[in-house]
Amino acid sequence: MANAFEGRLAHKFTRNIKERVIESILFLMAFSAVAITVAILAILVVESLGFFEHVSIFEFLTGTVWSPLFADAHYGILPLLAGTLTVAAVALAVAIPMGTIIAIYLSEFAPHKVRETVKPFLELLESVPTVVFGYFALLYFTPFLQIFMPGLPGFNMLAPGIVIGVFIIPYISSVAEDAMRAVPMAMREGSYAMGATRFQTAIRVVTPAAISGIVAAYVLAVSRAIGETMVVAIAAGLQPKFTFNPMEPAATITAYIVQVSLGDVEHGSVAYQSIFAAGLVLVVMTLALNVFGHVMRKRYREIY
Amino acid sequence: MSSYTQISPQRIEEMRALIGQRKLRDHMFAIVGLVCMLIAVLTMIASFASLLFDGWSRLTPEFFTSFPSRRAADAGILSSWVGTTLVMLVTMLAAVPLGIGAAIYLEEYAKQGIVTDIIEVNVTNLAGVPSIIYGLLALGLFVYILGLGESVLAAGLTLALLILPVVIVSTREALRAVPSTIREAAYALGATRWQMVSDHLLPYSRGGILTGVIIGMSRAIGETAPIITIGALTFIAFLPPSPVSAEPPFINFDWLFAPFTVLPIQMFNWVSRPDPAFAVNAAAAGVVLIVMTLLMNGFAIYLRYQIRKTIKW
Repeated sequence: MANAFEGRLAHKFTRNIKERVIESILFLMAFSAVAITVAILAILVVESLGFFEHVSIFEFLTGTVWSPLFADAHYGILPLLAGTLTVAAVALAVAIPMGTIIAIYLSEFAPHKVRETVKPFLELLESVPTVVFGYFALLYFTPFLQIFMPGLPGFNMLAPGIVIGVFIIPYISSVAEDAMRAVPMAMREGSYAMGATRFQTAIRVVTPAAISGIVAAYVLAVSRAIGETMVVAIAAGLQPKFTFNPMEPAATITAYIVQVSLGDVEHGSVAYQSIFAAGLVLVVMTLALNVFGHVMRKRYREIY
Repeated sequence: MSSYTQISPQRIEEMRALIGQRKLRDHMFAIVGLVCMLIAVLTMIASFASLLFDGWSRLTPEFFTSFPSRRAADAGILSSWVGTTLVMLVTMLAAVPLGIGAAIYLEEYAKQGIVTDIIEVNVTNLAGVPSIIYGLLALGLFVYILGLGESVLAAGLTLALLILPVVIVSTREALRAVPSTIREAAYALGATRWQMVSDHLLPYSRGGILTGVIIGMSRAIGETAPIITIGALTFIAFLPPSPVSAEPPFINFDWLFAPFTVLPIQMFNWVSRPDPAFAVNAAAAGVVLIVMTLLMNGFAIYLRYQIRKTIKW
């Protein structure tokens, strides 16, 4: 009798130990998300520190020439930053109006069937590899734009910007539409009861009520646009140039990283370290955006 | 009282005009919305159609069984699709257990507290980090610090980190969909937490987890930038050593450390060549890539539909 009891106790003991071990392993797995973030920041910061031993931060932040691969090397990030912002601006000029209009249309106007067909199709677009969009930008959109703008060079920022804009439309339309659909029906009915049209309801009632979700969609789109790599690397040319004119070829931060990675750059050289410094700028930009999005969401969230 | 009845006919006309104007605006917007949607959808369909049209002539069996070549007409995607398969294998083996484990912890074990909050914020943030940054992490960490070199293993692990947030988020959703009565029933029968998770939660949420894994993998298949960053070669005219062989020890792991290329990089390489003959190859590779991602996503959508149809809690 006592033996059986002790046996049970022993069983319970091993069982508890097993549970503890499993819980610890699962915790470590979850904690890997933190470890990855720390590793990203650590690698970027350490390599950038090495970079800033050779290049002054002042030159890096204010220089208008970026030519680390030439004999006469200059390390001013502004040309890459200008390229990144110009491409992102073109992309957003396409994606924000189109995405918002499509979201409002799908949420407030479209018949059920249209919505159920178009939404999965738009979401499928999100999964198409971006290198394919690079092909479109270089071989379809640039020649197409050249019909209207004969002076447009074969590599330019306009075509990749437009293509990025088109493929981030689903990010905006899908997130913004979800936010609009979450607005309670009673608010729409209240507006209709006052005699408002669907358009007035959509603009004056639904959109303000869903604004935090819509802003979240915009933030997602901006961070996709500045982080997009392959389309720009293929279709914008790879020469860093300090210009905000989308009709010119230029390089973005991401395209520069690709360009260096494609060549034979010695491990530990300044050019090698420069891609980490450029990457750090990109991470700081996206982090700032994420924080901004978080604050906006908190500030303007409407709870029903 | 009388003021209500004394609306002048002129005022009524004005109001009618106003109502008409607003209705017109309403219809205008409906048309604008439809046009915008059609522009977005048709631009994409037209682009895909011309891609298929451009690449059609190269989509022959030889295209899949030839190595890249200096002559566009002889070049194929053998080394790149084999490379993609091997890299995806590593990605899946790394991301799936890690992602599911993390999701189980966050959903079933984690207590409210600062550590859990930090993990949650990090998972959300990682999903927003540009993919090329993962490439830089891999270049510094996997290629140089851990000394894995420019290998299949390094690439697979990189993509695993990249899709980890996708796997975590979708697994959590699948676990959350299992009603808490199931958990309580298991506990009432004396199950420990892990017994409850492994015997009940995981089998019941299998479909939802699988959907998330497939969507994550389809994202990984098309990723180009992080793999370029770790220095994948663009011209590979040989295959990695085979993982299985006829003589003992049957299974070897040399392929993990072999240099490789993947489909999107092969396509990038062909697109960036000035010779238009290679653009045809690029189009064909693009068609293969799109078909692969669409099949995977289509399967995920089908799976989600099946789950919704069959499971009724």
